[in-house]
Amino acid sequence: MKAILVPVLTWLGLLASAALSLWFGILATPVLAQDGPLRIEITEGVIEPMPYAVPAFVAETDGAAAFTEEVSRVVADDLNGTGLFREIPRDAHISRISSFNAPVPFADWKAINAQALVTGAVSTDANGRVVVKFRVWDVFAGQELGQGMQFVSTPDGVRRLAHKVADQVYSRLTGEAPYFDSRVVFISETGPKNERVKRMAIMDYDGANVQYLTNGASIVLAPRFSPDGSRILYTSYETGFPAVHVLNVGDVQSRILQPNDGVMSFAPRFSPDGATVVYSLTQGSNTDIWAMDIASATPRRLTASPAIETAPSYSPDGSQIVFESDRSGTQQLYIMPASGGEATRISFGQGRYGTPVWSPRGDLIAFTKQNAGRFHIGVMRTDGSEERLLTASFLDEGPTWAPNGRVIMFSRETQGAQGASALYSVDISGRNLKRVRTPAGASDPSWGPLQ
Amino acid sequence: MKHISKAFLLGAALAVAACSNANRFDDDMVGQDAAATRIDNGIIPGSVNDPRAPAYFNQTIGDRVFFEVDQSTLTAQARATLDAQAQWLTTNSDYLAVIEGHADEQGTREYNIALGARRANTVMEYLISRGIPANRLKFISYGKERPVEICSEEACYSKNRRSVTIISQGLTG
Repeated sequence: MKAILVPVLTWLGLLASAALSLWFGILATPVLAQDGPLRIEITEGVIEPMPYAVPAFVAETDGAAAFTEEVSRVVADDLNGTGLFREIPRDAHISRISSFNAPVPFADWKAINAQALVTGAVSTDANGRVVVKFRVWDVFAGQELGQGMQFVSTPDGVRRLAHKVADQVYSRLTGEAPYFDSRVVFISETGPKNERVKRMAIMDYDGANVQYLTNGASIVLAPRFSPDGSRILYTSYETGFPAVHVLNVGDVQSRILQPNDGVMSFAPRFSPDGATVVYSLTQGSNTDIWAMDIASATPRRLTASPAIETAPSYSPDGSQIVFESDRSGTQQLYIMPASGGEATRISFGQGRYGTPVWSPRGDLIAFTKQNAGRFHIGVMRTDGSEERLLTASFLDEGPTWAPNGRVIMFSRETQGAQGASALYSVDISGRNLKRVRTPAGASDPSWGPLQ
Repeated sequence: MKHISKAFLLGAALAVAACSNANRFDDDMVGQDAAATRIDNGIIPGSVNDPRAPAYFNQTIGDRVFFEVDQSTLTAQARATLDAQAQWLTTNSDYLAVIEGHADEQGTREYNIALGARRANTVMEYLISRGIPANRLKFISYGKERPVEICSEEACYSKNRRSVTIISQGLTG
C-alpha cells in the first residue's frame, strides 16, 4: 500500500465566518476498487457501536505540535458523542503512526478489532495557518475509505478543522450528511427561578467557544438561526413589551422587526429562503400567526381564529407551515399552506402538543408533548402517523434539529425551587440522550446550519 | 390662619408618610389635601389605610387576581377585586395601569406567553367594562418568565397563574 500525497489538487471552496477563514481541498490518492465499503447502518433498533481508532495526529512542523492533541481529541469526541462509534483507547494501540505517508500496518489494527482507522497530520504554513490532513481506513478490507483531504485555517479555527475532519469521517462511515461543524444559539440562564437573568449566546454544537450576544438587562427568548446562520431572530422585552428582533451575527447589531407600541410579537422563525419571518402576534386576547417579508416589512395575517395560534415552523421547501393551536380546546398541531388558509390537524394522541419543528429532511416533525404531568420530546411523520416519544421528564421543551436531521437538541428544566435549565441532545431513534456542556443554565437552543 | 394650620398639618402628614413608607413620598403629593384633613381620623396618609394611596390599591384592594389551570376566565373573587380596582382607578383618574399576565411553569414558553396575554387582556377588558378608559390601560404578558413563587407544586403554581395591575401616575394629574 503506497499512498502518494501531492499538494492540494482541488480547491473546493472558500468558507468564511466572522472569526476565521477556512479552506479545504482533496488530496490526490490512488483509486482503489471497493466492493461493499465499510458502512454503519443507522437503524431505529439498538446498534452495536463501531470500534475505531484515532491515533494522535502527526506533527509535521515544529509549530504543529501544539495542535495535534486537540485536533485528534475533538475528532474522537465528535465521533464518540454520536453513540454510533466506540473509540479504542490509545493505550490499547499496538502500532504508532509516526508518518502520515507511511504504509498502515493493518494487522496491528485488526488485532485490536479497530474496524475503522483515522490517521492525520498537522502542519503550520509560512503564514502561520494550521493545515490538517487526514485519511480514513477500512482496516479489515485494508483499503482507504474515500480520499484523503486537508483543511486550512488560522490557529483560532483549529477546533473547526477538527470538526470538519470528524464530519468527513462520520459521513463516510454512516452515509449520512454531517453536522459537527455547526453552531447553536441559545439562552444562557443564571440566578433563581423568580429572578432569572437571560442572555442570548452562541456556541459550537459541542458547547465550545461560547459568545454572549445580549447583556442580560432584558428578558430574551427563543432565538432562531437564519438558514445561512448569518442572522438570528429572537424575542426581547427590551422595549418593555415582547417584540421580535433580528440580530446580525457578524456585527452583533439588532433591530426590532416591527416596531408597534403595545402589541406583542413572539415565536419567530425564518422561511427556508431567509426572506420571510413567520411569528405570533397578540391583539387583544387573540394570538394569531403572521408572516412578514423582511425587505418590505409588510406583515400578512395567516390565521384568523379566536384561539391561540403560535410556534410556527416552515417545511424545508417553504410551501407549508406547521404550528400549534388550541382551537380544539387543547394545544394540538396543525399544518397549513405557507400563504395561510385551511389547516389540517395532525396530532391526535393523548395530551397536548406544542412547539412543532419541521425536520430539515422534511419527513418528520419534532414537538413538545405534555401528558399526565410529564413532558416529552417526540417526533411524528408529517401526517401525524408513527408518533414516537424520545424523552420524558418533569419539563422538556423546545426541540431543534441538527442540520442533518439525525439529532435533536432541547431544553430540560429540573423540578422544584432549585430547578435549573440545561440543554440535552438525543438521537431521533431515542438513543444517546446526553447533556450539552454549557457554562451556566441554558434553554431554547436553535441549531444552525453546517458551516 | 386657616392657611397656616393647613401647612402645619401637611408638614406633619408628610413626615409621617416619609417614616412609614419612604418610597411612596412622591405619590403622596397628589393627596396632600385629603391626607391633611384625614390625619385627624387616624388614617396614615400613603398607607394601606389611605384609600387614595397606591399602597391601598396594591394591598388593601389587591393588585392581582388568580386563574385556574389553563383558564383566563375571572372567578367571582377576581371580579370583586377588579370591581374595587376599577373604583379606585375611577377615583384616582390621574393613574395609568399596565396589566401583567403570567402563567405557571406547566406549559411551553410560547403558549404561556399567549395564555398570559389572554389573562391580562381579560382583566383589561373587565376594567374597561367598569368604565376605565382604554387609553389609561395596557397589557403585557410575561408567560412563565416571572414567577413569584418558585416551588414546583400547586401551592406555588396557583400564585403564579395571575394578572397584576401595576399602577403609575400619568402626566395629567
